[in-house]
Amino acid sequence: MKYETVIGLEVHAELATKTKIFCGCKNEFGGEPNTRCCPVCTGMPGTLPVLNKAVVDYAIKAGLATNCTITKYGKQDRKNYFYPDLPKAYQISQFDLPLCQNGYVEIDVNGEKRRIGITRIHIEEDAGKLIHDDYGNESMADYNRCGVPLIEIVSEPDLRSPEEARIYLETLKSILEYTEVSDCKMQEGSLRCDVNLSIRPVGQEEFGTRCEMKNVNSFRAAVRAMEYEQKRQAEILDEGGVVEQETRRWDDVRGVSTPMRSKEDAQDYRYFPEPDLVPIVVSDEWVEEIRKTIPELPEERKARYVNEYSLPEYDAFILTSSKKMADFFDAAVKEGAKPKPVSNWLMGDISKILNDKELEPGDIPFTPAQLAKMIALIEKGTISNSAAKKVLDAMFAQPDDPEKLVEKLGLAQVSDEGAILEMVNGVLAQNPQSIADYKAGKDKALGFLVGQVMRISKGKANPQIINKLLKDALDKA
Amino acid sequence: MKISKEEVLHVAKLARLNLTQEETQRLMADMESIIGFADKLNELDTDGVVPTAHAIPMQNAFREDEIKESYPREEILKNAPSTDGDGFLIPKVVE
Repeated sequence: MKYETVIGLEVHAELATKTKIFCGCKNEFGGEPNTRCCPVCTGMPGTLPVLNKAVVDYAIKAGLATNCTITKYGKQDRKNYFYPDLPKAYQISQFDLPLCQNGYVEIDVNGEKRRIGITRIHIEEDAGKLIHDDYGNESMADYNRCGVPLIEIVSEPDLRSPEEARIYLETLKSILEYTEVSDCKMQEGSLRCDVNLSIRPVGQEEFGTRCEMKNVNSFRAAVRAMEYEQKRQAEILDEGGVVEQETRRWDDVRGVSTPMRSKEDAQDYRYFPEPDLVPIVVSDEWVEEIRKTIPELPEERKARYVNEYSLPEYDAFILTSSKKMADFFDAAVKEGAKPKPVSNWLMGDISKILNDKELEPGDIPFTPAQLAKMIALIEKGTISNSAAKKVLDAMFAQPDDPEKLVEKLGLAQVSDEGAILEMVNGVLAQNPQSIADYKAGKDKALGFLVGQVMRISKGKANPQIINKLLKDALDKA
Repeated sequence: MKISKEEVLHVAKLARLNLTQEETQRLMADMESIIGFADKLNELDTDGVVPTAHAIPMQNAFREDEIKESYPREEILKNAPSTDGDGFLIPKVVE
C-alpha cells in the first residue's frame, strides 16, 4: 500500500544568554564538571529561582521571527519526574501558557513554498549530564548544564517527508542563528530535536498512530531516524499489524531505533503552576522593543543576493542558510571581491574543508579581506586556480596575507612568455608524435602537450599563455 | 469521591514511596477526605472567572543577565553521599 508520512518536530534550542535561566552561573558549554554550579541550579533545599529577563526577551524574539502570537499573560509550571540529571526532581517549564503560540515558518521545498505551523514556543531549563564511561557500575552527574535556558519549539504535524523535515530544521536553525537567539552549535548540543512520526494510507484524513523518537543529536541523524521509522511502520501495516504508540530511542551508530517506553508506562508529569515564580506579563511596548532588534532574516537576505548580485537561487540559499557564512560573504564583497567567485569559494573548497575538519562557518580562521585578496590574485593572473587551493589550505593552517603565502610557498604563476616558450619548445622537441597527431586533427594531443608543459613548470606556468604559445608553435610546425 | 487502592499505589509509585498494606488503607481514607474537601469548591459558580495560578498580586520578577561567581566545586559536592571529587557518583542509570 502507498502511505503518506506525517511528521511533527520538537526542537530544543539552548539560548545564547550570558547566564543560566534562574541563577547567575555562566551559561557556557563544557568546563570542568560541576564548576558552573550554585545552590539554585543544583536544586539545594531552600533556594529560590529568579527568572533571567534575557530568557524572556530571546524567546519572544524567536516567536516574532516565526510569526507567533506573543502571550500577554504567561506562567511557568513544574514538570515532575525522577532522573538523576535533574537534581530538583522537577523541571521548570511552561505548560498551558507558553510565551509564544500559533506561528509558522515558510520553507522552500524544491522551489515550492510550504508553510509549516509552529504550535508553540516555551521556555524551560536544561538538565545536567550523566557520564557512564569509566565509572564501572556507577554514573557521574555533572550539573554544569543544569539551568541552561532552553526554548522548545513545537511544530504542527505539517511535514510530509524526512526531506521536508530536514529543510524545516535547516530553516529554523538559520532563523535562530540570524536572530542570535541561539549559537546553534550542533556538535555542542545547542540544538536537539525529538521526532513524532506516523504514516497513513494516501488519501486518508485521519492520522495514524505516532511514535516519538528521542536521542536525535544531529539533523543527519534525524533524517536517518525518520527514514527508518517510516519504513518500520509501513512494514507493520503491510503485514496487517498495528503500530503501537510508544517512545523509541534512536541509535545512530547501529542505524536502528528501539522501544524506550510504551503508552501504558508513559510518564505522568503532574504539571502544576510553579509556586516559586510569578507570572510573566508582556506589554505591547515590550514586544515592539524586541521587534526592532530583529535583523534581516534569511529569506530577505536570499532575495537580496539574487536581486543585487545575480547569484543563482541555489547559491543564495546555501550562503544564507548560515548567518556566519552570509556575513563572511557580505564582508568579502565589501572588500571589493566579485560576488560570484566569493560565493564559489565559500560553497566549494571552503565548505569542504570546514566539513572535513568538522568546523562551522563561524570558525573560518582567516578574514573576509584575506579571501578577497586571494581572489584578486587569481584574477590578476598571479596565481592559478589550483595554486589558489594550496593558498587556501595554508590560510586555514596558518592565516596570513595571501600575497605572503604565495611567496612563501613559491606558488606565483609564471606568465613570462620567454620562459614558457622555452618549456614549450622543449616539450615539442620530445614529442614529435603528438605534433603529428595534432596535425591529423586529434585535439587531445594539445591537451597532452599543455599538461607536459605544466608538469615541467611544476604547475606554475599560466595555462592561457601555454595554450597560446603551443598553438602558435604547432601552427608553425 | 472514592479513591481506589490502585490510585493510591499509582501516586505512591510516582513519588517513589513503598507503602505497606496498612499505610495504603489509611492513605485511601486520607486522600478521599482531602479530595472531598477540595470538591467543596465545585459548588461555586466559577463561570467567567480566570483560572488563578498565583494568589499573590505580583508579576515580572526578573534578574538581569549578569554573571555571578559560581560556587567552588568542593562546596557543591560537600553533601554528596558519594563523589570522586569531580562529580556526584550515583548508581548506574541508562534510560
